[in-house]
Amino acid sequence: MVKFERFMLDNGLKVLVHIDQSTPMAVVNVLYDVGARDEDAQQTGFAHLFEHLMFGGSVNIPDYDEPLQVAGGENNAYTTNDLTNYYCQLPSENLETAFWLESDRMLSLAFSKKSLDVQRKVVCEEFKEHYINKPYGDVWHIMRELAFKEHPYRWMTIGKELSHVENAQLEDVKRFFFKHYTPSNAILVVAGNVSVQQVRELAEKWFGDIPPGEKHKRDLPVEPEQKEERRMTVHRKVPADAIYKTWHMCSRLDDDYYATDLLTDILGGGASSRLYQALVKEQQLFTGINCYHFGSLDAGLLAIDGQLVKGVDIKKAEDAIEAELDKIRHGLVDARELQKVQNKTESVMAFEDMSVMNRAGSLAFYELLGDGELMNTEFKKYQDVSVHDLKRIANQVMQPSNSNTLWYLAEN
Amino acid sequence: MPDRSQAPHIKDAIEYAIALKKPEIFTLDNGVKVYNVNAGTEEVVQIEWIFKAGNWFEKSNNIASAANFLIKNGTSKKSAYDINEYVDFYGAYLNRSCYNETAVVTLHCLSRQLENLLPMVQELFLDAIFPEEELHIFRQNMKQKLEVNLKKCDFVAGRKIDEFLFGAKHPYGVYSIAEDYDALDVVALRNFYATYYQQGHCSIFSAGILPANYAQLMNGFFGSLPFNQSPIVAPEHLILPASEKKWNIINDPEGVQGAVRIARPFPTRHHPDFPKVQVLNTLFGGFFGSRLMNNIREDKGYTYGIYSFLVNHIHGGAWMISTEAGRDVCEATVNEVYNEMQALREGDIDPEELLLVKNYLIGTLLGDLDGPFHTIARWKNLVLNGLDDSFFYHSVDTIKNISAEELKAMANKYLQPEDFYELVVV
Repeated sequence: MVKFERFMLDNGLKVLVHIDQSTPMAVVNVLYDVGARDEDAQQTGFAHLFEHLMFGGSVNIPDYDEPLQVAGGENNAYTTNDLTNYYCQLPSENLETAFWLESDRMLSLAFSKKSLDVQRKVVCEEFKEHYINKPYGDVWHIMRELAFKEHPYRWMTIGKELSHVENAQLEDVKRFFFKHYTPSNAILVVAGNVSVQQVRELAEKWFGDIPPGEKHKRDLPVEPEQKEERRMTVHRKVPADAIYKTWHMCSRLDDDYYATDLLTDILGGGASSRLYQALVKEQQLFTGINCYHFGSLDAGLLAIDGQLVKGVDIKKAEDAIEAELDKIRHGLVDARELQKVQNKTESVMAFEDMSVMNRAGSLAFYELLGDGELMNTEFKKYQDVSVHDLKRIANQVMQPSNSNTLWYLAEN
Repeated sequence: MPDRSQAPHIKDAIEYAIALKKPEIFTLDNGVKVYNVNAGTEEVVQIEWIFKAGNWFEKSNNIASAANFLIKNGTSKKSAYDINEYVDFYGAYLNRSCYNETAVVTLHCLSRQLENLLPMVQELFLDAIFPEEELHIFRQNMKQKLEVNLKKCDFVAGRKIDEFLFGAKHPYGVYSIAEDYDALDVVALRNFYATYYQQGHCSIFSAGILPANYAQLMNGFFGSLPFNQSPIVAPEHLILPASEKKWNIINDPEGVQGAVRIARPFPTRHHPDFPKVQVLNTLFGGFFGSRLMNNIREDKGYTYGIYSFLVNHIHGGAWMISTEAGRDVCEATVNEVYNEMQALREGDIDPEELLLVKNYLIGTLLGDLDGPFHTIARWKNLVLNGLDDSFFYHSVDTIKNISAEELKAMANKYLQPEDFYELVVV
């Protein structure tokens, strides 16, 4: 049970406080309700580039990292298609340093040309390191474009192409900042060895006078229902063929999310999962196979990916996946099998909550979903899933007409 | 409106007293020591069974890692699937990892499920059978995984730099080739298992919220196994470093990035310079605010990240700088690394920079001691390296008190370019 208190500043900034006095540390987590889905199709990769720029100095403080490190703190951040999250941890007696730093960069960045020039290059190297210079590195660029025709999930957070990041201009950066980095678009979570009174005073002092800005109203194109199977084949310099399949699924906020999540565990969650047992161990068609979903806030994708044992015919491998999907569409999952994935979920949640940093991040995420309290009540929704729900979801989601298949083949 | 140009007052992290909570220790009937940190906020446990069964002890390549991996792939009564299904059903994770000196089996589970899971772990140490078919699948999958990894310049660089430092036959320098997997056979695995697991040397590290009868439980399941009955003889391995210091390898003619590794041999934790160099390393390339990161990423934008670190093996180590940089700036990156070494040898470290590094290190340490899993991890490191908490406290004292002059002396002793191996793989 993660307890917390919540209040809101006049400028619309939501603040959550979670107390844990067993640690000498405090965590400050600021989540901005902006991700790659909020980007212009001609300027992709911006939310993520922006995350880098947030460390390049703010209006009154030339450098973010240095004062935090002097105060014994460390920090990091990440960007997804849905959100951008910044977090730092420091000795709780130095909590105010984090408020000073975080509030100043919410007030305004320094918008330094040098910072933009360097971080463009850094992000390009990140792009190369993860998506170009790695075998199978471009898979999700291809798959997202295949699966989404309208919704901005059709590009990755790193960006659609290097040139979008390379061409980013200071004016674009400013516009993006004042549109999205506002108090009313942010959630602040403070956790650890702190008191509510102290957080309230510090929040008022440092964040209270930041202009509220306009709450960004998201109006994204809805992905039209997919009615026909889509297939694509590419040839690359990789040692082994691989297959990637995706299906459109519900959003993170949908009631069916929980059954869908458990369904992916039954198919591909670990060494006793169906796909692994049947296709890696028994039939030995794949060296590895996974089933998972992206948990995205708008309707997103459920995926299966597998790398084939060399020499196996890809059609045969795909048929074998389909045969497993047939079983789950037509038969009922055993009660023990459902219990197994529910037990695993309970355990994952308990382990995730071990560190104050994780608890702070989760609270911010659940608050973005609508209510931080969901963190404590969500497991009940997993327990309520029945074997009939699993069958229904399998039939609804994992249909050929809703599927995207990529054959990623080794050249020669 | 607050005065935003003024940083709030801080308490220097180095003023904090740092304590490493001592573990409780009990000994099973067979002499196996169990170290426990019984604490935490969540009802979960982590138990590690650590065997002297790393690749130091194997007679041919990959036996140790294969035995470790396949230990849960079948007993005389249960198939690999039975075991996996059982562990998954109780929401647990049973992982294995193989290192140079040690090999580990780790259990993570909810505290209330522990009694269901310990019998299964016991069975693995009594009765693993290493089925032919499981080895066949392992061999096939590992060979293919290796082939994929060999396409990555960072993977190739990581293997080669270890070979240069320690020699291709030394456990710290050896790496796998496809033929090694072909040569594996179940008889060798079973023999290795019998010597180094069934009748091997074991120690146990546990953390989390442990049940009240934990000592009894552990003694019941593991106290009568034939562990620790005779000493394990560790073979001698000679370090044979490469004679050539500079290497360029072309792995992918079309690659857009190169992997850079620059490394020198460095003593173990037992050497008096070790704690001092830990501080120097942090300043040099050990954290996001380091000199290497500031110069090569934040000023020049050559890379997404660059780090330096001490490679800590039990019998010998290295000091390494590692990065992936744009193909056309690899050489410039290497030059900048040497420039930063020179700056540390010849220049003076500013007191503010030194205080920052000290505060950062202590602050991180405070954060790192958060929770039972982190605390037991520190103890495991100390115990396996033949150290105790005096090493920890000495390191903390060193961080708090080391001077700029001492760091400069360390830089002059260890950051000499001619001592370093230099490797670029594109």
